[in-house]
Amino acid sequence: MIYWNSLSDFLAMGTHGFYVWGSFIVMAALMILEPILLIRSRKTLIARLKRQYRAEKLDRSTVNKASREESH
Amino acid sequence: MSDRMINWYKYAGPQAFYPLAGKMIPWFWVLAAIFGIAGLYVGFLVAPTDAQQGEGYRIIFLHVPASWMSMFIYLVMAFWAGLGLAFNFRLSGMMAQALAPTGAMFAFLSLWTGALWGKPMWGTWWVWDARLTSELILLFLYVGFIALQSAIDDPRRADKAGAILALVGVVNIPIIYFSVKWWNTLHQGSTVNLTKSSMATTMLWGMLLCALACWMYAIAVALMRVRRIMLEREKDTLWVREELAKEAQ
Repeated sequence: MIYWNSLSDFLAMGTHGFYVWGSFIVMAALMILEPILLIRSRKTLIARLKRQYRAEKLDRSTVNKASREESH
Repeated sequence: MSDRMINWYKYAGPQAFYPLAGKMIPWFWVLAAIFGIAGLYVGFLVAPTDAQQGEGYRIIFLHVPASWMSMFIYLVMAFWAGLGLAFNFRLSGMMAQALAPTGAMFAFLSLWTGALWGKPMWGTWWVWDARLTSELILLFLYVGFIALQSAIDDPRRADKAGAILALVGVVNIPIIYFSVKWWNTLHQGSTVNLTKSSMATTMLWGMLLCALACWMYAIAVALMRVRRIMLEREKDTLWVREELAKEAQ
């Protein structure tokens, strides 16, 4: 079933190993890199939004406290 | 009548689409992996050598799927952009924005693998022939779309400007596709035809499986990116706050 006689045959790709593997490695690398970058940027975004929400909550509670103290 | 409208908007809205996309992403990754492994196995291990091109022809299993995807993603992106322009759906601009980087990546890969294929077969990395030049223009259209959208702060205006660029650029797609027929180019004619194919069966299967893998990959990655865009653009809405509250700390 398998066309190649040996691993070195497979890696040599006739005389075209450089071109075939040069294509394969770059394509594989980019298709692995893209989802990794997406996962990372999603994590950073979620962390940023959570910080922002906490800060807003804190702001609101300090404002409430301040206004309560003023009214006393 | 109005009931139906509300329903439609509900499902086209980001808050309904976000969890749905989240559930679909793992399945598309599984399919991409299965098709990818099968396609590479058939293409790189089982398929016989090509009588004219030797083993270098195996670049076809990478080059053709990348080129197909670069064109197809552009059409889908332009479709969403046009839909957004016509009906102002919030989702459509986000979809177009999510597809552009992946399309650009496939356009780049098409040129890269093409150059590495051209060198041993034609003796040159690059020629300014119709097929190669129009594919390069496609890459520039993607880059232009991304640059234009990111240069405009207001997302609605950015969507509109990007949509016009995307729609004007659609004219390039048939030019790429038919360039090998319309002009005398160095690039070989299309390998797959509806009526007859010029390839051995195993080669054809390898190519189709690799193309399916790229297809599933593109859907998975676009859904991941659109979810990120949704969170970013709708960060001041209640549904994003609720969604993030569910996420582990």
